[in-house]
Amino acid sequence: MEKVIKRYAPFFVIPTFAAFIVGFIVPFLMGLWLSLCKFTTVKDAVFVGFSNFQKAVFDPIFLHAFWYTALFALVSFLVINTLAFAIAMALTQKMRGTNIFRTVFFMPNLIGGIVLGYIWQLIFNGILARSGAALALSEKYGFWGLVIMVSWQQIGYMMIIYIAGLQAIPDELNEAAAIDGATGWKKLRNVTIPMMMPAITICTFLTVVNSFKLFDQNLSLTAGEPAQMSELLALNIYNTFYGRVGWEGVGQAKAVLFFVLVVGIGLIQLRVTRSKEVQQ
Amino acid sequence: MKKLLSLTLAVLMVFTLFAGCTKTDTPDTGDEPNENTAPPADTGDTASGKVYYLNFKPEQDGDWQELARTYTDETGVEVTVLTAASGQYETTLKSEMSKTNAPTLFQVNGPVGLASWNNYCYDLKDSKLAGELASDEFALMDGDTMAGIAYVIESYGIIYNKELLAEAGYSEDDIKSFDDLKNIAEDITARSDELGFSAFASAGMDGSSDWRFKTHLANLPIYYEYKADGIDTTAEIKGSFLDNYRAIWDLYINNSTTASGLLSTKTGDDATAEFVTGQAVFYQNGTWAFNDVSELGEDKLGMLPIYIGADGEENQGLCTGTENYWCVNKDAAPEDIQATLDFLYWCVTSETGVKAMCETMGFVIPFKANLESTNPLVNIANDYVAKGYTPVSWNFPTMPSEQWKNGVGSALTGYAADQSDDNWAKVVTAFVDGWASEYEAANS
Repeated sequence: MEKVIKRYAPFFVIPTFAAFIVGFIVPFLMGLWLSLCKFTTVKDAVFVGFSNFQKAVFDPIFLHAFWYTALFALVSFLVINTLAFAIAMALTQKMRGTNIFRTVFFMPNLIGGIVLGYIWQLIFNGILARSGAALALSEKYGFWGLVIMVSWQQIGYMMIIYIAGLQAIPDELNEAAAIDGATGWKKLRNVTIPMMMPAITICTFLTVVNSFKLFDQNLSLTAGEPAQMSELLALNIYNTFYGRVGWEGVGQAKAVLFFVLVVGIGLIQLRVTRSKEVQQ
Repeated sequence: MKKLLSLTLAVLMVFTLFAGCTKTDTPDTGDEPNENTAPPADTGDTASGKVYYLNFKPEQDGDWQELARTYTDETGVEVTVLTAASGQYETTLKSEMSKTNAPTLFQVNGPVGLASWNNYCYDLKDSKLAGELASDEFALMDGDTMAGIAYVIESYGIIYNKELLAEAGYSEDDIKSFDDLKNIAEDITARSDELGFSAFASAGMDGSSDWRFKTHLANLPIYYEYKADGIDTTAEIKGSFLDNYRAIWDLYINNSTTASGLLSTKTGDDATAEFVTGQAVFYQNGTWAFNDVSELGEDKLGMLPIYIGADGEENQGLCTGTENYWCVNKDAAPEDIQATLDFLYWCVTSETGVKAMCETMGFVIPFKANLESTNPLVNIANDYVAKGYTPVSWNFPTMPSEQWKNGVGSALTGYAADQSDDNWAKVVTAFVDGWASEYEAANS
């Protein structure tokens, strides 16, 4: 059997690998190159050195977008994970209808970002209109709007991961803890959470990185209004690319910085949560 | 059974591989601009050439598709028309131009748009199309090369519903200045419960409608400033007529169907619907909107200049100009360039082509073969010119960037929600300081 697998390995690997080169490596290298160029389309790039990066770093709106995104990532990470964990705990108790609840909570995740953004825009504007306000009038509305929307969308997904984690905790451990007299909070703190660290690692990674990369929901919900103040990093990059003649390279430079940032945050976060994982 | 399964999987994988290959090949083969810049042969076997038109105007998408089909039936030359979604033209153009089968015919919106595309524009100076132009002022020049040729002249102003205006007790002759417009609009607002309609359709600041104000309405203060200073473009705008801009904007937002705080949520379709269903008398838009408002009935439609209370507005006509220039892609294959030039020549000279452009699409075309228009809004615009009013030129193609327009738009939205002097100061900042900084950013 092993021999067969070995013989067919290239057969299975090469297509995926080729797709990876075409879909990731090549565009990535092209992107790096383009961030050093002035261009209108990818075919007419002219090398200009690091001036794009200079313009990107000194763009006040870009810095604003960075802090706005960081705050958004922090808040949505806390909200999503706390709620998802709580719901997962509730839905692993032995009660009737848990499957239906799980399905219902998971469903928002099946709706695409743009559609979701427009639907929530109608809802928020409908509510805000009662007090004569609208999403586009303040970045605070946009911020909480985004938090509520991504929470609604992602809690169900994270909940599924947490449920899988909870079900993987051996019953003996809980029983042993109960015999030792641990209840409620103590059990959660000393048994459940340490055993759940792998799931927490995954969920933290997903929520933080998703928040940093958020684009379509941002575009459809607020489009950066008012005056780019509710623009997250990804949307800022997009708007830089198309907003001014000759700024395509600056947008590209921002995208490279963005890549470094997301990879950096992802790695640090993985290292921190991994170190807390315990061996069963 | 297992064998069959692995075979199926393997075949599937191979398919993925090939799918991947075709995609990689695409940019490679397209990368031969040098060979393609050779001038097309005069006699070019046009049958082998293709036309790919990336159209800017969503309103006329269907008409272009049909005209393309007719041309293909007549000559056998394949014509593809793709229309970018409203507000997405630059985005679409950028990605389409990177492809092997790039558009052979595309549009730029004037000098600022040309700045990013001038390397792609085929010199139209010696084309037969250029010979058909009614006047050279409709050519977009880039130094000595004729980079673009305008194909439509349009006008905008305040479209109004004659019947409702009469119902309110006024007629077109009562509106000769900004003060007249203001008095009438405010009178209608005061009596709107009794009349059952409002003065203005909602000045929606949603992306589908905000260009009517951040671009088209903003043209008026720019026009008067350019006129006063005797210039036609500038690196630094002074904003001498921004008080007038505020006055007309106040008038729009405080006399409309919608509470001013909610304008950010209103779309272009909302405004059209309000106007067509008789909820509003006035609606700022242009000749291109005729198909949308024709439901109201031609005899009820009128159009007024947008008065802003500037000196000399008694002679002001509608805003007339163009921001639509055809450009031919110089990197396209020579036979495709030739096919495109032939197609354009046919559009503006053949009976079918001219009819389609002037009657079906309702355009005024700046070519010798232009026909009497069937678009009543166009005829109103012509009347103004015939009566000696001065058309307001389109200066918004000189606005420094999209970013500038968005900045002004956001500030207008904020001001509409809370009409304080502080918020107007933000509009002024976005307009004046924003102009200088955007101009510098785009030209550094």
